[in-house]
Amino acid sequence: MTETVQPVLSARNLVKKYGRVVAIDHADFDLLPGEILGVIGDNGAGKSSLIKALSGAIRIDSGDIALEGRPVSFASPIEARQSGIETVYQTLALSPALSICENMFLGREIYSDNIFGRLFHQLDRNRMTVIAREKLAELGLLTIQNIQQPVETLSGGQRQGVAVARAAAFGSKVIILDEPTAALGVKESRKVLDLILEVRARGVPIVLISHKMPHVFEICDRIHVHRLGKRAAVVKPGEISMSDAVAIMTGALQVPAA
Amino acid sequence: MEKTLATPFADHDPPSEEEDVQFAVFTEERQGLLTRVQHFLPVFPTAVPLIVLILSLAGFGLFAGKGFFSAYNMSLIVQQVSIIGVLAAAQSLIILTAGIDLSVAATMVLCSAVAGQLSVKLGLSLIIGLPLSFAAGAGIGWLNGFLITRVKLPAFIATLGTWNIFYALNLYLSGAQSIRGSDIDTAAPILKFFGRSVSLFGTQITYGSFLLVIVFGILWYALNKTAWGRHVYAVGDDKEAAELAGIPTDRVLMSVYVVAGLICALAGWSAIGRIGAVSPTSFYEGNLQSITAAVIGGISLFGGRGSILGPLLGALIVGVFQSGLRIGGVDVLWQFFAIGWLIIFAVAIDQWIRKFSA
Repeated sequence: MTETVQPVLSARNLVKKYGRVVAIDHADFDLLPGEILGVIGDNGAGKSSLIKALSGAIRIDSGDIALEGRPVSFASPIEARQSGIETVYQTLALSPALSICENMFLGREIYSDNIFGRLFHQLDRNRMTVIAREKLAELGLLTIQNIQQPVETLSGGQRQGVAVARAAAFGSKVIILDEPTAALGVKESRKVLDLILEVRARGVPIVLISHKMPHVFEICDRIHVHRLGKRAAVVKPGEISMSDAVAIMTGALQVPAA
Repeated sequence: MEKTLATPFADHDPPSEEEDVQFAVFTEERQGLLTRVQHFLPVFPTAVPLIVLILSLAGFGLFAGKGFFSAYNMSLIVQQVSIIGVLAAAQSLIILTAGIDLSVAATMVLCSAVAGQLSVKLGLSLIIGLPLSFAAGAGIGWLNGFLITRVKLPAFIATLGTWNIFYALNLYLSGAQSIRGSDIDTAAPILKFFGRSVSLFGTQITYGSFLLVIVFGILWYALNKTAWGRHVYAVGDDKEAAELAGIPTDRVLMSVYVVAGLICALAGWSAIGRIGAVSPTSFYEGNLQSITAAVIGGISLFGGRGSILGPLLGALIVGVFQSGLRIGGVDVLWQFFAIGWLIIFAVAIDQWIRKFSA
């Protein structure tokens, strides 16, 4: 691996402590352009703290984060999002009673281009519908109709699809997916994985946090193994077995100097 | 070796050959009648109160006789629900955020007392009295919102407290005495503005009745056509999800309570016209009546569900029952009996919808 490629998102020496507990212990992180980077680690290894630090959900105590080479510091997930980092949370952050279209634009609605839009933030529903349909269709999520139906009428996989489509529609630089297949059955997981590959094909790099090792090994280009609050190794699925990756994760296997 | 170690990953399923084409394709399947009704109701939440209103109008028309359907009686029903209806609008806005406001009626009466005392008793100009009563309404809403978003009190507790506080302040401010209509007429007749009426084809429509419709019209626009309205629904539906989606949920809640306070102040002004005086002990049960109208109108107490037009229908249903039973010569106790069943029926429908949409 050459070091000439500039990472889209990188972090050096991140530290985050909760009282005496060290959640992130001088961790490094690199996401390269156009890749799917898996993040695996045992429960309590600190991978969700790492992801929260990268997506602005927690503030780090020390260390540097850079987006496209420029140092950044996010005070909130909204700031991270404004910089082009979209996170799909495990809970999806969808509003069940609102429609697919309304959920896609939740918190960033398009206003009418008239006095009502300026004064009252009146919604431009037609434009939102057109764009939502376009975005869903790009990802192969929409064949015919009805994006005005409430999200609660959808299956788990379809909801995941809407959340990923929302991230893909707005995440210009990085998309972070937290356990996207954890709650899904076999067939729906399959479709969500295909969807992730589809998003990558459109050029946006993806961080995939998952416990489902086979999913990680199947679609990731590289795998960041997190252990005891820091990056223990970065491996490639083709060059290491699943069991060795788990051995690194649990500390049973020492990593050859990377 | 690798094969044996791989057993912990028994949940690994190879990509299936047969693709599941149904995934994420938003098509509609064939549904039974009942299922179709269940899917229809969340989309048209005002259907149930509308049907109930039409049925109760028809029922009482047969039962109570000719006087019931007179134009005059119809307009009287609207007059009679005009105050509780406006309160129900404020209440519904709050219930949509999964909150509840027990202080709406106390807020309303306190605001009318502020307007009355300043303009009539102290003889200050209306230019001071009315704006101050609206300022009081907004301030009260802000206080409720502050207690709920900052002090993190449950809405029920916060407004149970403020209800008592505002009731006491209202009695203190008014000396527990009404301001008579004749005094208002000489000092500040505009306070009775919403009691004026126009007569059309035998009806008598008060300005307060128009106000009722206007308030609901504006709220309907705000809730359905603006970003703020969608945020109100999203916060009530799932506050955490709304927060993660980037909605400033506490600011939305604050705005809802302040707007509700302003609507209560408006109801207070309208109430002076309706009862022809400023009475500190009026509408003591207004908070419960406003919740009744909201619930019968299909606003879910769990938040995020229901159309704002429902409570208008809910208030009218209550009015129709009261009028019909009175004209039919039935003892007033049966009004409570009937409305009690209506509430239970309305919430049972809501639960039924939620069960199938979850």
